[in-house]
Amino acid sequence: MEKYAVFVPKLVTKKENFAPGHRACVGCGEALAVRLACKALGQNVIIVTATGCMEVVSSPLPYTSWCVPWIHTLFENTGAVASGIEAGLKVIMRKGKCLAKEINVVAMAGDGGTSDIGLQALSGALERGHDFLYICLDNEAYMNTGIQRSSSTPYGASTTTAPAGKMSIGQVTWKKNMPAIAAAHDIPYVATACPSYPFDMMAKVAKGAAIHGPAYVHILSVCPTGWRSATNLTIRIGRLAVETGIFPLYEVENDKYKLSIDLPRLRPVQDYLKLQGRFRHLSEETINEIQYRVSEEYAKLKEKVACT
Amino acid sequence: MTAQRIGIEVSRAIAIATKLANVDVVSAYPITPQTHIVEDIAELVANGELDAAFIPVESEHSAMSACLGAAAVGARTFTATAGQGLELMHEVLYVASAMRLPIVMAVANRALSAPLSIWGDHSDVMAARDTGWIQIFAANGQETFDNVLCAFRIAEDQRVLLPAMVNLDGFHLTHVIEPIYIPEQGEVDKFLPPNQYPLPLDPDKPITMGAFAPPYIYTEVKKAQQVNLTAAKEVILQCWKEFGDCFGRHYSPVESYRGEKAKVLLLVMGSFSETAMSAIDSLRDEGKEVGLIKLRLWRPFPFAEIRQAVRDAEVLIVLDRAISFGGPGGPVCSEIRSALYSEDKKPKVIGFVSGLGGRDISPGEFRGIINRGIEISQTGSEQEFEMFGVRE
Ligand SMILES: Cc1ncc(C[n+]2csc(CCOP(=O)(O)OP(=O)(O)O)c2C)c(N)n1
Ligand code: SF4
Repeated sequence: MEKYAVFVPKLVTKKENFAPGHRACVGCGEALAVRLACKALGQNVIIVTATGCMEVVSSPLPYTSWCVPWIHTLFENTGAVASGIEAGLKVIMRKGKCLAKEINVVAMAGDGGTSDIGLQALSGALERGHDFLYICLDNEAYMNTGIQRSSSTPYGASTTTAPAGKMSIGQVTWKKNMPAIAAAHDIPYVATACPSYPFDMMAKVAKGAAIHGPAYVHILSVCPTGWRSATNLTIRIGRLAVETGIFPLYEVENDKYKLSIDLPRLRPVQDYLKLQGRFRHLSEETINEIQYRVSEEYAKLKEKVACT
Repeated sequence: MTAQRIGIEVSRAIAIATKLANVDVVSAYPITPQTHIVEDIAELVANGELDAAFIPVESEHSAMSACLGAAAVGARTFTATAGQGLELMHEVLYVASAMRLPIVMAVANRALSAPLSIWGDHSDVMAARDTGWIQIFAANGQETFDNVLCAFRIAEDQRVLLPAMVNLDGFHLTHVIEPIYIPEQGEVDKFLPPNQYPLPLDPDKPITMGAFAPPYIYTEVKKAQQVNLTAAKEVILQCWKEFGDCFGRHYSPVESYRGEKAKVLLLVMGSFSETAMSAIDSLRDEGKEVGLIKLRLWRPFPFAEIRQAVRDAEVLIVLDRAISFGGPGGPVCSEIRSALYSEDKKPKVIGFVSGLGGRDISPGEFRGIINRGIEISQTGSEQEFEMFGVRE
């Protein structure tokens, strides 16, 4: 920790392009992810944000937290708006209608805005090969509207539209594998990240922005409000997600899978689950089910790493 | 060299208009009867005749969304759609106007499902009536071509900065070949200045676009929009005047055809007004005092011009090609009625709905509408409005 205090200010810019004073909840992992991403992206960027927590906490008229050009329009069209910005910039620079310079176009949306309602627009933008970075801020539910389930909500989590009850464990479907869907578009760069690993996350964001063509970075963002977790445990819970193998950190670069952190042994999923109220109701049987699935998925991922 | 008059499909002429406007970004999704417009633009881009980005998006929702992004960085932006496509864009249309993004769109007016119909009427655009766009209705190919050029100039005018749509009837206009004057590039350049969007997204001058509005400010934003769209009429009039000076073709929000001393007026929007003209001619030949009003500017609504144009008539028959189910009739008739309500001197307003889903209205049927309208003005009708030409 002492070493961090010495080295971090040298490695990371002090400039906050996602300015403090926004209205995110205490301990919000998404806000931290956005703040770090902005540090990694620097000044020459245009950010498009979907409707959702990060839009709402950062832009109540007439205030803004954004010190870089920023646009929000709707919930499900982030990929398309970014497409228009990227194509528009390219053509007006080519035609000499504005100064030619390097500008990174970056789209940001929650898991709902990405894996559910915005999936079509995102898929179109990836398929067309626009030169942009898409960041999914995955807090595993529709948080802005009050913790409703999404297709990215994990099995067994209780949300307001898939609540745990006598007849239900809560979410009865397994989390949609959004990074795999992005990778299936054969784009040059896909990565998973978490602000609990800030340097890894910033490096991936910077890499995704620099790469020519579409890039996709999926960031697990702990949400104390929706996960019913202690606000001072955000970083630890993010680390546990990785250490249990629930959310492995990896990159897919030109179809090659690479683990960012290769864990010799995974911690039991229970270490992660027990810190969150959304899983409090789970029986041992369900936890075992989750454990089995996580181990299996992790093994599959390692296989992909080995054979690509 | 001067302008050439050539026989050309109207859709193709629109593509040429976008080329002469040196458009930067076109983002579109195919739907009949709009397809020829965007196919031709794609071809112009592919052949290197137009230096633009053509974004072949995966839906109309994305087409309009990509237009938002392109317009926000200051690119001259165009799209075209029809029917279901316009409905799928609906949510995005409001954003374009409220965020002051000067996008130009051609709408090849088409009926709405169900039942599926690819043919023309005005149901699509009437559902987009309140989206805050400038809305112009063209009666023929030349008007369509000219008004696409005008739409860029009006939308991008710094006093306006609003999106503008040019409506043309699906098939009845999109797919017909008409003689159209195509101006020279130099003439267009003189008329249409480059787009200079005042506050584009630019890292050198960071701005926030699309912040959300709590209750203490939302109403003010909407009032500003209302004032702005209403005030756009002056700019539209000025643009049409200068267009007339440059090209010799003159446009106005409301146009009267043989309306002088007419006791009975028929009001029509779009290309059906051309058929209505021949019905008026034949009735005039018989000595009947009838005339025609073409409504060209739908938004901002030309209240003063409409009141002026109909004030001396006794009967005003309004044709709608869209229906407000369970309501007072077609939207055009409703708006005309309310525009005239507080006038001391005004005609009786009789509403008809006809020409739905691609059904033609022949000159003979227009005579029928006029005669039935006159009858209703004398005897009254049991219905709020009548649907004309329905097979029983
Ligand atoms: C078309 C449409 N449907 C629904 C909504 C309501 N809505 C706004 S934000 C949101 C959820 C956002 O969830 P997510 O994308 O996961 O982001 P988060 O708020 O969790 O960061 C919903 C459902 C909307 N704005 N637009
Ligand atoms: S609800 Fe969750 S994601 Fe949204 S601001 Fe609060 S902590 Fe952050």
